[in-house]
Amino acid sequence: MISTPRKVACVEIGGIPIALSTCDEGFLDLLRQRYDGFLSSSRPEFELEFDLTSTGPVSDDDVRVRREGYDWLLERGDFHARWDPRTGRGSVRQNANPYSLDSVLRILHSLILAERGGFLLHAASAVCDGRAYLFSGVSGAGKTTMTRLAPADITLLTDEISYLRPSAEGYSAFGTPFAGELARAGENCTAPVSALFFLEQGAENRVDELSSAEAVRRLMRNILFFAEDQGLVEKLLATACEFVARVPIRRLTFYPDARVWDEVHNFARNFAGNLQEVPEHA
Amino acid sequence: MPETCIYIARSSAIAARALAGEMMVMNSADSTFFTLNEVATVIFQAADGHTPLREIVRDRVCEQFDIDPEQAQADAEQFVSELSGHGILLVSNQPLASETP
Repeated sequence: MISTPRKVACVEIGGIPIALSTCDEGFLDLLRQRYDGFLSSSRPEFELEFDLTSTGPVSDDDVRVRREGYDWLLERGDFHARWDPRTGRGSVRQNANPYSLDSVLRILHSLILAERGGFLLHAASAVCDGRAYLFSGVSGAGKTTMTRLAPADITLLTDEISYLRPSAEGYSAFGTPFAGELARAGENCTAPVSALFFLEQGAENRVDELSSAEAVRRLMRNILFFAEDQGLVEKLLATACEFVARVPIRRLTFYPDARVWDEVHNFARNFAGNLQEVPEHA
Repeated sequence: MPETCIYIARSSAIAARALAGEMMVMNSADSTFFTLNEVATVIFQAADGHTPLREIVRDRVCEQFDIDPEQAQADAEQFVSELSGHGILLVSNQPLASETP
C-alpha cells in the first residue's frame, strides 16, 4: 500500500519557523490562506504532522497541556496533539477548522517561548516610529478599540495576541496572524518594545505608574500559558519579573476616541528624552 | 502544659520571586498569585520546616521590625493560616521536610 504524500507549509511566527504537513490538499490550502504573510522558506526548527478527524465545531472544553514522559500532550475536545521538545517533532489530530489550528499553534509557541524567556500576551500591539507599544487587558478593556483608533501611520502587529521575545534591546514584539475582533492578521515584522500599557476605559485620557508587584500581577494574569508544569511556571514568573524590570509598564486610562494616541505619542517622546530614567516603577 | 510548636515549610508546587523588595508567589496548581509584604516575606523565606514559627517571629521578625512580639505572633499565625489554605505553605506541629530545593 502506498501512503499519500504529505504536503508542507512552513509558517514562521516570531522568527520561529514550524513545518506544518498534511495529506489533505484542502487543509493545506486553508493553512496557506490563514497564514499568508507568515509563510516562510526558512529551514524549520520544528515540525507538526496534521491528521484530520471529522469536521466539527470548536470545543468549549478547557485545554489541557501536560507532560507525558518527555512529550507534551495538548488536548481539547477538538484536537489532540503530542510534541517531543527533544526532536522538535509532533503530531496533531484535529478538526479541519482554522480555530483549532490557531489554538494548537499558539500553545506550541507558548511552550517554545517559555523555554526561551519569551511569552504570548493577551494584548494588541503596534509599531509607532520604529518602536512597539503593547495594549493589554481583559476582554472588553479596549485592545481592538485601540487598534481601530490608531492613526494611519502605525503598523499593526496584532489586535489580540502579542508575541514577545527577549532581545539585545530588552524585548521585541513580533506580528502574529492571530486576530481578534478586528479579524485582520498583523504585519509580519518586529520592533523593540517601548512600553506596555494596561488598558482601562474612563472619562479622560491619562497614564499612571504601576508598582512592580502590580505590574507583575497584571502581566501574569494576561500571559497565555496552559501547561501544568512546575518548572515552566517558575520560568514564566522569572520571565515576567525580568520583563517588568526592563520595560516601562503603565496603566492607560482612556476615553475611546483618537486622542488617546496623543498620550501614546507623548509617552514615546518623553521616553526618547528620558532614556536614563526608564524603566522605573514605583 | 507545654506550648504547641508550629512548623512551616514552603510547598514544592509554587514559584516565588523577589522584585523591588516584594516577594511574589504563584501557586502552579491553580495559578493563584500573591504578593507578600516585608514581614510576610521574612516568614516565608524562613519557612524551612524545622524552625518553629515562634522562633522565626522572635529571631527574625521582631529583630528586623519594630513590632510587639505578641501582636507579631498573632499576625504570623493568621498569615500562615491564610497561605496554607492556598497551598503555599505546609503547616504541622511536627518538623517538616521543606519541599523546595
